[in-house]
Amino acid sequence: MGRLFAIEIIYRGIFQKTLASRMSRAIVLAAHHEGKMGISFGRYGDSPERNGIPAKNFAIVATDELTLQEGMAKYEPKDVDVTICVDDTLCKGVESWAWYGLQPVNRLLKPGGTLIVTSREGPEAIIAMAHRKDSPYQLSILKGTVSFSGLWVYKDDHTDVRILGAIAKILPDLFSLKSVQKAIVDEWKDELKATSAAKSYERTTSITVQPNQGNPEVPYKFDLPKWHEMGEGIAIRSIPAGHKMDDPVSHAHGGFQPDRNPTFKKFSTRTMRPVVNFDTCIKCTLCWLQCPDSCFDVTPEGLYDANMEACCGCGVCEAVCPVKECVTMVNETEFSDNSSQWEDWRKDKEGYKTWLEGKIKSHPERSHGFRYRGQYEEQIPEMLEIAQQK
Amino acid sequence: MAVATVIEDQRKTEETALITGSEAIAVACKLADVDVITAYPIRPYDTVMQYVCKLVANGEMDCEFIVAEGEHSQFEIVKHASACGARVFCGSSGVGWMYAMEALTVTPALRIPMIAMVGNRALDDPGAFGVEHNDALTVRDLGWQLVWVDNAQEALDTALIAYRVAEDRRVFLPCAISCDGAFLTHSQALVKIPLQEKVNEFLPPYNRGDLLLHPDNPITVAPQGNEDWVMEIRRQNYAAMERSYTVIKEAYADFERIFGRSYGNPFFEEYMTDDADIVLMGMGTLSISVKVAIRQMRKEGKRVGFVRMRWFRPFAAEELAKSLQRFAAIGVIDRDYSFGSPYLGGVLAGEVRHALYPGPGKKPPVVDFICGLGGREVTVPDVEKMADAVYNAADGKAQPLTQWIGLRE
Repeated sequence: MGRLFAIEIIYRGIFQKTLASRMSRAIVLAAHHEGKMGISFGRYGDSPERNGIPAKNFAIVATDELTLQEGMAKYEPKDVDVTICVDDTLCKGVESWAWYGLQPVNRLLKPGGTLIVTSREGPEAIIAMAHRKDSPYQLSILKGTVSFSGLWVYKDDHTDVRILGAIAKILPDLFSLKSVQKAIVDEWKDELKATSAAKSYERTTSITVQPNQGNPEVPYKFDLPKWHEMGEGIAIRSIPAGHKMDDPVSHAHGGFQPDRNPTFKKFSTRTMRPVVNFDTCIKCTLCWLQCPDSCFDVTPEGLYDANMEACCGCGVCEAVCPVKECVTMVNETEFSDNSSQWEDWRKDKEGYKTWLEGKIKSHPERSHGFRYRGQYEEQIPEMLEIAQQK
Repeated sequence: MAVATVIEDQRKTEETALITGSEAIAVACKLADVDVITAYPIRPYDTVMQYVCKLVANGEMDCEFIVAEGEHSQFEIVKHASACGARVFCGSSGVGWMYAMEALTVTPALRIPMIAMVGNRALDDPGAFGVEHNDALTVRDLGWQLVWVDNAQEALDTALIAYRVAEDRRVFLPCAISCDGAFLTHSQALVKIPLQEKVNEFLPPYNRGDLLLHPDNPITVAPQGNEDWVMEIRRQNYAAMERSYTVIKEAYADFERIFGRSYGNPFFEEYMTDDADIVLMGMGTLSISVKVAIRQMRKEGKRVGFVRMRWFRPFAAEELAKSLQRFAAIGVIDRDYSFGSPYLGGVLAGEVRHALYPGPGKKPPVVDFICGLGGREVTVPDVEKMADAVYNAADGKAQPLTQWIGLRE
């Protein structure tokens, strides 16, 4: 048997769909320049994709046809040489529409395999988000803002070719820089993109992540029932409507917390989350009313606490809130857990205020693509600055 | 003519009416106190909706009677009504049944015990009105229970039995009752109308139980599911169809006990098979000419029998195989076609060969006859010709495995 390579691309559905498929396609084409063969495909179960839902693309490459068949005889690879994560917030875990339960971002990595992440963050922040793995693996960070190059708009920020150049460095047996540059020029007829790949090739480095590093949490799992254990008629029994909440300080009992699906958490869809200023909230109900995921819990005193088990990070609450900076969307990389902001505020109002101001100041909102004409041009200086950082 | 044999004469208490097969089904709907009936006209099924209209207009029947804007909506409306706990009825014919196809596929998947009457009609084109069985047979793989009847009394009785079986919690699958267009839907015969109190005894109210779509029983029906769920869902329907076989037997036994009419083996009727050398097989009203021909042939010393399939789904394969192994050869009369199928035969012949294959014992040769398409008459001489071909098969003489009978050639 010859050699089999597997590359996985984890991306945000719709927003990064085109980016992911362009990369997995170019991987196969570059390897083909060296006489290898391969296939490129999206995980079918992820379809139909929805905005922001985690999804996967794969490139399988082999040195000969029979070995390629070995790789194709599985629905998708059970282990991969390289995992590419084009949105750093996905390092917290992946739950697509194709499976149940949260999967660590590094789950499929072979021992010694490499996780490539596009991020503005340093390795400490990425390692803190990713779950611990039994064997060591390499982490390589491609500095940059997260590219939203999706189905509707393709933001050609060279994320694709920079990652391709990085792969040539990390896995030289798959393809050389020369082959990938040839594939890039063939595909996109753009010499500048080939230059970007070379630059990325030169700058790519990686560090080793040890088994004792990373998020120690055991990701929640879901056991699929046997056919005779399932209800008949494709009817799903509802969960109870909800219950009252407890105030951790006054022990008041009231408000309303809706019960939520215990088997589908949804929060890995989130790239940003609302932080709430409970001191300025006027209890107008708009966030609670407009949230498409009913993520707001009503506290005993009638405030609205965005529950992070249920929030998908869409930003509607921020948009409808009539009070300045009462609800603010903050980059998800800023947070390390899903705890209740209201409980933190109840326990320590001053401490919460400092925390809140820090969050709002340190990271501006993220956007999924473009909101207005000229927005991309405005972002170029910031991207340049990041790109020039060592 | 009628297959029903009277064990205990109860006609003194039952009235007899001269009605068509369609009207018999409408009467069954009345007796079963159906809650929601949807309709959309197409021949020959439309005779049922006419009779139901009349019953409603005359104040003899109380139901929601909804004329939809097409067959797809017609079947969707009753599907939803059934999910909400209503006993439902609808039906169609030929291309009308085809137009409802998407609704027909989701009905068994959601375990809806809908009863439908298919007035069997040739599929277009050409736009013909006469009987062919291909319309109902298109759903044979989807979880619909399928039954063919050959007279108006059997149509009425089978409709009551169909409600009893379909609405049994162990089954919860739809059932289509096939009535040959014209021969059964449009011809009047004397039918004993069962007493309401006996129907009530036979047919318990429909209880949707834990699957009831109601605010007091909050459930989500028919969500999206990926490959983690689909096989398990299909396996549940497989089990339901498997159980249907037993429930059908129970229902016929109870029917006989309560109404005093016996249909013998529920799944297929055997006619003069005890001493038969060979048998013919078929579904629906062609049974009449076959039986007449058999009586004539027996005068000439040909010991021919007949097996009429009633229940096509579930298909009583083991029982049928056991019975058929007694004969030297089998001739299957297909009032349908399955172009390009094995040996280019019809649907029923394929099923019969399939039923025989795994069994231990003998595997008699099966000759297939495509006959009576588009409502063409199946004549007594046609049947005799077929019996001769089956005798030839029994003697090992070479001949085509599929033969077109009654064709101008």
